Amino acid sequence: MSDLAALAEAVVGGAHSGEQLEVYVARGHDTEIRAYDGQIESLSSATSSGVGVRVLLDGGEEGNRLGFAWAGSLEDDVVAVAVAEARDNAAYATPDPSVALAAPDGVSAAELDLWDPTLEKTPTDSKVDIALALERQVRGADPRIRQVSSADYGDQRIEVALASTTGIRSFTRRTSVFLSVSAIAGEGSDTQTGSGFSVGRGPSDLDPERAALDAVERSTRMLGAEKAASGRCTVVFDPRVVSTLLSVISGALSGEAVVKGRSFFAGRVGEQVATPTVTMVDDPTDPDAFGAARYDAEGLACRKNALVQGGVLAGFLYDTVSGRRAGRVSTGSAVRGGFAGTPGPGCRALVLEPGSLDQAGLLAAVGEGLFVQSVTGVHSGVNPVSGDFSVGAEGLMIRGGTLAEPVREVTVASTLQRMLQSILHIGSDIEWLPGIAAGQTLAVGDMQLSGS
Amino acid sequence: MSQDPLIDTPVLERVLGAALAKGGDMAEVFAEDRQTSGAVLDDRRIEELSSGRERGAGIRVVVGETTGFAHTADLSESGLLAAAEAASAVAREGGGGVRTVALDARRPVDARARILPSSVAKATKLELLSRADDTARSTGDAISQVQAGYGDSRRRILIANSEGLLAEDDQVRTRLSVVCVASGDAGMQTGHESVARTEGYEIFERVDVDEVARVAANRALSKLLARPAPSGEVPVVLAGGSGGILFHEACGHGLEADHIVKDASVYVGQVGEQVASPLVTLVDDGTVTGEWGNFTVDDEGRPAARNVLIDKGVLTDYMWDWLRSRKEGRASSGNGRRQSYQHLPMVRMTNTFLLAGEEDPDEIVAQTPNGVYVAKLGGGQVNTATGDFVFGTMEAYLIENGRITEPLRDANLIGNGPEVLRRIDALAHDFDMTPGTCGKDGQSVPVGCGQPTLRITGVTIGGTAA
Repeated sequence: MSDLAALAEAVVGGAHSGEQLEVYVARGHDTEIRAYDGQIESLSSATSSGVGVRVLLDGGEEGNRLGFAWAGSLEDDVVAVAVAEARDNAAYATPDPSVALAAPDGVSAAELDLWDPTLEKTPTDSKVDIALALERQVRGADPRIRQVSSADYGDQRIEVALASTTGIRSFTRRTSVFLSVSAIAGEGSDTQTGSGFSVGRGPSDLDPERAALDAVERSTRMLGAEKAASGRCTVVFDPRVVSTLLSVISGALSGEAVVKGRSFFAGRVGEQVATPTVTMVDDPTDPDAFGAARYDAEGLACRKNALVQGGVLAGFLYDTVSGRRAGRVSTGSAVRGGFAGTPGPGCRALVLEPGSLDQAGLLAAVGEGLFVQSVTGVHSGVNPVSGDFSVGAEGLMIRGGTLAEPVREVTVASTLQRMLQSILHIGSDIEWLPGIAAGQTLAVGDMQLSGS
Repeated sequence: MSQDPLIDTPVLERVLGAALAKGGDMAEVFAEDRQTSGAVLDDRRIEELSSGRERGAGIRVVVGETTGFAHTADLSESGLLAAAEAASAVAREGGGGVRTVALDARRPVDARARILPSSVAKATKLELLSRADDTARSTGDAISQVQAGYGDSRRRILIANSEGLLAEDDQVRTRLSVVCVASGDAGMQTGHESVARTEGYEIFERVDVDEVARVAANRALSKLLARPAPSGEVPVVLAGGSGGILFHEACGHGLEADHIVKDASVYVGQVGEQVASPLVTLVDDGTVTGEWGNFTVDDEGRPAARNVLIDKGVLTDYMWDWLRSRKEGRASSGNGRRQSYQHLPMVRMTNTFLLAGEEDPDEIVAQTPNGVYVAKLGGGQVNTATGDFVFGTMEAYLIENGRITEPLRDANLIGNGPEVLRRIDALAHDFDMTPGTCGKDGQSVPVGCGQPTLRITGVTIGGTAA
């Protein structure tokens, strides 16, 4: 048993009678290296750990009450204070029969290998070399690259143990590595930016060349960009943007948002909410997914959940409490933002069933429109409750089925509801990106472009 | 009553000495002890009370252009020495040897809160949430859901560096937010309002919780009848307060020296130049007592300061932290901030605001034949290298024939910083500040934004109406 699991076991053993207790124990090792101008700008390495405790006071028919506390330490006395605080906090919650801790549901966890043992053995010097080489490669790739504002290597080893008085015991560990680079291209007085990245479970998964070329291509092809004329048009979104869009849509697929009347999908299961080509699943058991996981944030096995099938809304994602409120069971979809957060339902690996066209084929099929390579203002302009959608965009016009002149300082707008009903093509180019959703090229018709 | 230091001076001196044992220009210990408590009322239930505590120290060693950093939750001398060893790994050239560090005398600080939130009963805090819930729901039958949140934090920090600096701060912050959903024939809309101050629980002696709830509810209700926002370039009048986000994005980030030294800002080389309308005087001021971005010393131990960034349209200075000011041989402007002891400091804004003008706010609207009136802005985002930025509306109306008329659905506006700053042609004598959370390079810090009512002659709005 790992020391984390042993600690979790010990905390659960200290539960009082008349209460249920769950403890989430996490430890992470992080390395971050930033290269700039041929040197190491910064090198950070650290271990951090902490605990999150939920105590449930059993109130019988009246309902149960939950309290939460966390601490950024695994020292016995600190953990004991967190347990006492969680217990005290529980006394103030409103009793609710839906409130419960997860209990084992018989579903076994997928066999996934998310730990690359080579990471731990990789010397810091090798990681530094990767970051320096990434920066060098971008600077040397094109005379129009004026600056590399950041070239980062990062990695993480995370271990999590979860235990509860309701019989939950889970232990997970995962490694991840990432590269990201931001380039600034210039020509005359014109300046444009572009970024590239690469992710994986271990250093050998990284593709620095691809990240570098991406940053160079995305920044240089924007040179000369101008505002486009306002009007309605077809918009083709780059895979990175689509990953972001799916993440926003996932907020409306949360069972908690649905039972609380905060989702535009509420009450629409069985209805046609998207074009018939749209099939959407959240599948954390897919080993290729960046967010692949064996257990959810309440210690239940992660599983594949169909959300939209043939354009018809099939269901939502639930954790234990939202499932009970909806008269259903958990779909193994609890997520939490580390030991200082409480669980709630959410996606880990949302993906659209791919179509048959790659990006070039899809652009050819669309013919005329706007290709959007990046968006801004997603948090201020996309609302998963109302569905209103308005984002800043930059990219290139599509003319005669290929990419043409670059465009900046425009917005594209619609509503998420209408966009789902206006999907023209889904790309075959699935790419797993950091985050909770896959990227793939997507064409959406009838969007409002606002510019000059 | 001042408290014991997070780390004793002799320990700090030994750790700083050890951090420079392999060489280096500067070593720094940043220690933090943060306690938080919060509560959420949602769907008519007190769902969750939470408490948290985190303490630890981040140690950095600067060697030439390179910074080494490590952090630890172990504040014992051995824990700190281990972190110092890890941070000093970037010093490879040697040239260290025995380094003696002598720190300035300790100047203890008291928590700047009249009523420490930790001294207030949990049940009392929960009453605020119940009241907000009741008031919001009684504002209109169409209010279908209410979430009310309360949070407070106390953050004790200590900074010591090998230049002898020793500084402490004890920051108390308190906030309340209400988010409402209104449901109608055309779907759902949301309304949000919050108050957040760098003060203790005494803020609720002045803050009218009912008013916060009513504002959030009315914001959602008014949008039920809203029509789609227009598209294309329109004159925009921004109401005093949240419109300050415009300046945070349009030029604030671009004036942060870390972007400047990397030639990643449209404002590089513009000091002394006219970069905005002569009406624009922009200030970043960490000293404004009680505002969300207020503190006594920044996260590098530098006293908070009032810095004029743009004076009557002329760029006067950028914002600086220790690392970037050192390169220029000047002093930090008190803008070195970090999210926690687990993060490196960088240049950040504090409270950034535009000084008021002389016109009557109603008169500005009356003299705008057609356009958009933005009563409340949400967040925004900027690309400092190109200057292109967006900011989103949370409450906006059409202006027709000089009058505020129909409500509009939410949309982003997009513009280019230097262009939009030149297009400000009217400035009112009103003024308000609004709290926000600023994200940069993965770190979040509390900031304030403010401005008077003002008009921009043209900016592109991203609605769905043709």
